[in-house]
Amino acid sequence: MRNMISLQNITFKYPGTEIEVLKNVSISVKEGEWTAIVGHNGSGKSTLAKLMNGLYFPEQGYVTIADIELNKDTVWDTRRHIGMVFQNPDNQFVGTTVQDDVAFGLENHGIPQEVMVERVQTALKQVKMDDFLDQEPHHLSGGQKQRVAMASVLALRPDIIILDEATSMLDPAGRAEVIELVRELKREEDMTVLSITHDLEEAAKADRIIVMNQGEVYREGTPEEIFALGQELVALGLDLPFPLKMAHVLNEKGIPLERKPLTEEELVNELWTSFLSK
Amino acid sequence: MMEKMIFGRYIPADSIAHRMDPRAKLIFVFAFIAIIFIADDVWGYLIAAVFTYASIKLSGLSLRFLISGLKPVMILIAFTFLLQLFFAREGNIVLELGFIKIYEEGIRQAFFISMRFTLLVFMTSLLTLTTTPISITDGLESLLNPLKKIKFPAHELALMMSIALRFIPTLMDETDKIMKAQMARGSDMSSGPLKDRVKAIVPLMIPLFVNAFKRAEDLATAMEVRGYRGGEGRTKYRLLVWQARDTLALLSLIILAGALTAFRFWI
Repeated sequence: MRNMISLQNITFKYPGTEIEVLKNVSISVKEGEWTAIVGHNGSGKSTLAKLMNGLYFPEQGYVTIADIELNKDTVWDTRRHIGMVFQNPDNQFVGTTVQDDVAFGLENHGIPQEVMVERVQTALKQVKMDDFLDQEPHHLSGGQKQRVAMASVLALRPDIIILDEATSMLDPAGRAEVIELVRELKREEDMTVLSITHDLEEAAKADRIIVMNQGEVYREGTPEEIFALGQELVALGLDLPFPLKMAHVLNEKGIPLERKPLTEEELVNELWTSFLSK
Repeated sequence: MMEKMIFGRYIPADSIAHRMDPRAKLIFVFAFIAIIFIADDVWGYLIAAVFTYASIKLSGLSLRFLISGLKPVMILIAFTFLLQLFFAREGNIVLELGFIKIYEEGIRQAFFISMRFTLLVFMTSLLTLTTTPISITDGLESLLNPLKKIKFPAHELALMMSIALRFIPTLMDETDKIMKAQMARGSDMSSGPLKDRVKAIVPLMIPLFVNAFKRAEDLATAMEVRGYRGGEGRTKYRLLVWQARDTLALLSLIILAGALTAFRFWI
């Protein structure tokens, strides 16, 4: 499988500072895969996103997006391949209404008006916001705004979607809405998704997890492999998903579960089947 | 009172005025502002008033709604009326009550100035009442486009306006939140001497500004990531379509200007 994003031996300091926020980091995101980068605040995970869209350039190492090496000359080409959804739902809403916001990116790329109308419609249908065309942002919930942000990204038809803490400011319902949407999109459009998050429940939905700590890659693997680390993750300042915590507590009480559950459904299944098998 | 206030608000409806091209409406209103100064007698103002009334009718709004919505402005107009009445000192004295002297010219001036003011407020309100802020911005950008040749930043100006408009409710909400947060910490903003109240605004403004700058930075990043590189090579999502009714509206203005000139100089 081809690498959609690849970072090789990246070392990075923010201009005017002395601290290396990234130390010799190499990671890659494969086509059609959902990768999650997790880490506590200051682990360097958000800096990675800024390097991927060319807001900053690394001091050492290379960033390659869809086989194009990212530098000052190619930055606008690489940006066409990447769509980003950021943390604050309000601060990325450019248009005065939902449809204007989705159209903003299309206008920037000089898409003809007739094509734009159609793409705005399709994108909003994909995120189930097509009934809100003329709504103004302050009448929408956080989750709805993030779905519009997602539509703005989809309208541009990128190959990769990067979610930079996109669910961290939402309430649990809004968070579930957005994550479910990403799952659907991945299934239907075969999108490459990279989610940068400190929420391990969100990361649990990914195909692969990269754990960052102190500017370095700490561990990389499938959700099962990563969650097997258990208390090690807690020591890194990450909060385990509820089903895992539950399994841990049950274990301490002398009720070991056969498999580590990652979702509530798995936990429930594990609980009633383990009872049966005894 | 703020709910009833309609100055600068948009009222959605489906009328001829609503359906007009924003460019036509902008030219119409600015031209009207200039033309109204031609009138200088009762007949002139009567024609202008009839013209304004017809415009209101074509916008699907009722005169009563406009008057009640513009009440605060009306108070201002009444004030200028009185000011003119008492302080213009030309012509014959009509009425003398102690130190108050009312002159013929005073009545004339007071009547005409308040009339002109009222018509202007009605017409400009009609523009904002029948046009969404974003359409006004689009119209302005399109009208100012020729000025790009002399390096006038028409696109940037329009984008700035539309972003400012989009963030007004967001910042209002934020002000409200900060105010409540400060009140919860014991800050008192609504009582005490003026000096204390002004001081109480400082802890409100500082977080608001800091956050506004943070938002601006985030927004700039989001715009850049979505491919914004300035006005060059951009297409427009909203199309402005000039129709026969727009041309007719501007023609009616020429007729108005002609009629007013005729009354002023020949009749």
